[in-house]
Amino acid sequence: MTHPLSRRTALRMSLGLGLTVSFLGTEAMAADRRSPKLVVIICRGAMDGLSVSPPSHDPAYLDLRGAIAIPPDKALALDSDFGLHPKLATIQRLALAGQARIAPAVAWPLHIRSHFEAQDLLETGADKLYGVQTGWLNRAVQALSEDRSARAIAVAPQAPLILQGPAAYDTWSPGAPFNPAGSRLASILQDLYQPDPVLGPAFASGLAVEHEAMALNANAPALKANDARDFATAAARFLAAPGGPAIAVISLDGFDTHANQGAAEGQLANRLAGLDDVLAGLEKGLGSDWAQTAVVVATEFGRTAHVNGTGGTDHGTASTLILAGGAIKGGGIIGDWPGLGSGQLFENRDTAPTLDMRRVFKTLIVEHLGVDRHLADTRVFPESHDAGLISGLV
Amino acid sequence: MSLPPKDSLAAMAVTRFGLGARPGEIARVAADPQGWLKAQVRAEAAPVPLNPVGLPFPDSRARLADFATYRAAEKAAGADLDRRRSSGEMFRQGIAAEMLGRISVATTTDAPFAERWVLFWSNHFTVSTRKSQELDAVAASFEREAIRPHVFGRFETLLIASCHHPAMLLYLDQPSSLGPNSRAGLRRTAGLNENLAREIMELHTLGVNAGYTQADVTEFARVLTGWSVGRRDQPAEIAGGFMYRPNLHEPGARTVFGHAYPAGDEDQALRVLADLAASGKTATHLATKLATHFVSDTPDPRLVRRLAEAYRDSRGDLAVLAHTLIEAPEAWIETAAKVKTPYELLVSAYRAVDQAPRDYGREVNGPLNLLGQRPLSAPQPNGWSDRAADWAAPDALVKRLQWAQGFAASYANQVDPVQLATDALGTRLRPLTLATLQRAESRKEALAVLLMSPEFQRR
Repeated sequence: MTHPLSRRTALRMSLGLGLTVSFLGTEAMAADRRSPKLVVIICRGAMDGLSVSPPSHDPAYLDLRGAIAIPPDKALALDSDFGLHPKLATIQRLALAGQARIAPAVAWPLHIRSHFEAQDLLETGADKLYGVQTGWLNRAVQALSEDRSARAIAVAPQAPLILQGPAAYDTWSPGAPFNPAGSRLASILQDLYQPDPVLGPAFASGLAVEHEAMALNANAPALKANDARDFATAAARFLAAPGGPAIAVISLDGFDTHANQGAAEGQLANRLAGLDDVLAGLEKGLGSDWAQTAVVVATEFGRTAHVNGTGGTDHGTASTLILAGGAIKGGGIIGDWPGLGSGQLFENRDTAPTLDMRRVFKTLIVEHLGVDRHLADTRVFPESHDAGLISGLV
Repeated sequence: MSLPPKDSLAAMAVTRFGLGARPGEIARVAADPQGWLKAQVRAEAAPVPLNPVGLPFPDSRARLADFATYRAAEKAAGADLDRRRSSGEMFRQGIAAEMLGRISVATTTDAPFAERWVLFWSNHFTVSTRKSQELDAVAASFEREAIRPHVFGRFETLLIASCHHPAMLLYLDQPSSLGPNSRAGLRRTAGLNENLAREIMELHTLGVNAGYTQADVTEFARVLTGWSVGRRDQPAEIAGGFMYRPNLHEPGARTVFGHAYPAGDEDQALRVLADLAASGKTATHLATKLATHFVSDTPDPRLVRRLAEAYRDSRGDLAVLAHTLIEAPEAWIETAAKVKTPYELLVSAYRAVDQAPRDYGREVNGPLNLLGQRPLSAPQPNGWSDRAADWAAPDALVKRLQWAQGFAASYANQVDPVQLATDALGTRLRPLTLATLQRAESRKEALAVLLMSPEFQRR
């Protein structure tokens, strides 16, 4: 090995374990929890972790990835072992300021390669398929509401599964301004919708959010179409408003790069530039509340370590998860790096998982949002006692 | 289970199984609502849309040839962004014309059940322009060429037509998937792409929890190698269409989902597709999707069983499946459990006022984009959601209200809203909604109330 021995390698060697978690052990510091914020960004289609955080010094990386490898001279420096994709400049800046970290080999404990089943797991929080019909964030909101009220919002016309369930939620997306207070039609319709169990509550919630958006964006310039940064800034204003939601969900799609994935530039690079813009927009829109915000970027699974026949990658297993925000404690990578050498790949094809994705989510809802640990182990993530918290994250 | 009275059946037939009533339509079908639906189960009832002067649209070969020319022009333009934009404009105009043709059929057809049946299968076999500019060129032709001609034929025929079409092949990355031991594979370090193989099994046929494994997916991907699209330098009858490339095909016998297949060429995949179409898992998967689409997110298991049996007994005859759905008492529950998709809402509004949209950007693309269903751009290969609550989310309803106000401003002048509501909903119009319409302060307000009423939003 020509690269310097890292903390993680040393830790793994000293413990002699294939699976370790960095910074395990001490209790988290009690942070200022007056109004902690959580933003969950789901990158749909299976985001390629090996491009998000290229393991620049893994001796197998360049060989495995060939033309779609992120060239070491193009990658943004993260630490001695990992770089970041050149489009992730905001995330690099945050990481260097101790406000972002990566978990490079995260997966759900049940390994499946169907996008839709894997997204169902990621969003329901279940340990098996078809067992749970509601989203884990919805159940987290329910768990919080037992001692204090919490609201959640999806930044989309429709709420994704992760937010669906009995607890009320809001949805919002940019559009022409609409003032419900001045709309006779809106009040007529509320009467008509009153008996309808689906349309009634949804419409009332939509009007309330629209009312709030009017106030929050009164002085902001109109949103430009397809501007990810402005879009995220507008969304973040909800979180930053007094009494605003504590939780927001954003879905990004288009990460299913089976062909012509590209490297420093190209198809995936364009998606990652959008993701980076969303992070930058959130930071801007949250203002001083950024200090008590945790953002988690997750995908349903990773992609094959090998390039396929068409300049892309197929469905894999572990991928990179990103944490960012002022509430995130600085530090090295979260979880262990399994290596890409022969014998180290999962089923001889994918990045091997070393960390259960539920542990990251659970740590955020327990230590950051303040969800009761027992409810987190049983209701929010059913049957997940084995998935312990990770110390030193928030 | 007894059926509701005829006038209720008529309102349901036109709104639940059709695309919303045009004036007089409910009254016309009241004598025999189920007979009216069954009479639409024939190939001619799902006509191929034509351009505004009544001529066929260019086929996918021509579109792909244009695309190749466009690519060359783009290369020549280099950094000249303006020229690049103008060549891309060609495809946006193509999509606009095709979608306007399609919605013209939907808003005026006398066989709206056939049109709904087409919509269902188009979404089942999703192709999306979110993939690449190449899809901008061919996504619209997919429904005309691969779906419409086969919707009342055998499912296997529809499945093969979909898998043969360049839009599906390109969308799911099949054309350059290479058998590692094929003649071409032995010369290069390239390989399989399993995208199409997986989605055929997971989405188009067996369904996700059918019990196939990663090994089955990889094995099927090997079988499919060689299924490709003819490049522009091929003879005219091949360029831009399906092309089998023996050089890419992985040689040898294969086993997929418990069936053994001897070595073969293009026919090897045809045999796998035939077995997938014939599987009982496929019958249940399609039956569940159909019952969910037309009736309820949680359909009566008896309805699913009835449809699955009809599929098996008829060896996948989609006309038999349509008849079974129409005849099933469980399909005629009084509750309108489903919420219209944005496209269905738009079409039913134009049908209610007996008009067709003329300006694609302002009347079709803009609203559908705002309502979360931009034409030909489903986010993922599983297509648009078929879950009521997904379309009735808070922000989505506010956006529907904004659209309804705009629509009412354009179309309220010529109409009598109370008559319109009775015509559009028949017995489904509630007294509360009728009273609200009668109290409205303007025609415009009344029409917006009708469009946004729960009974118009639901079906």
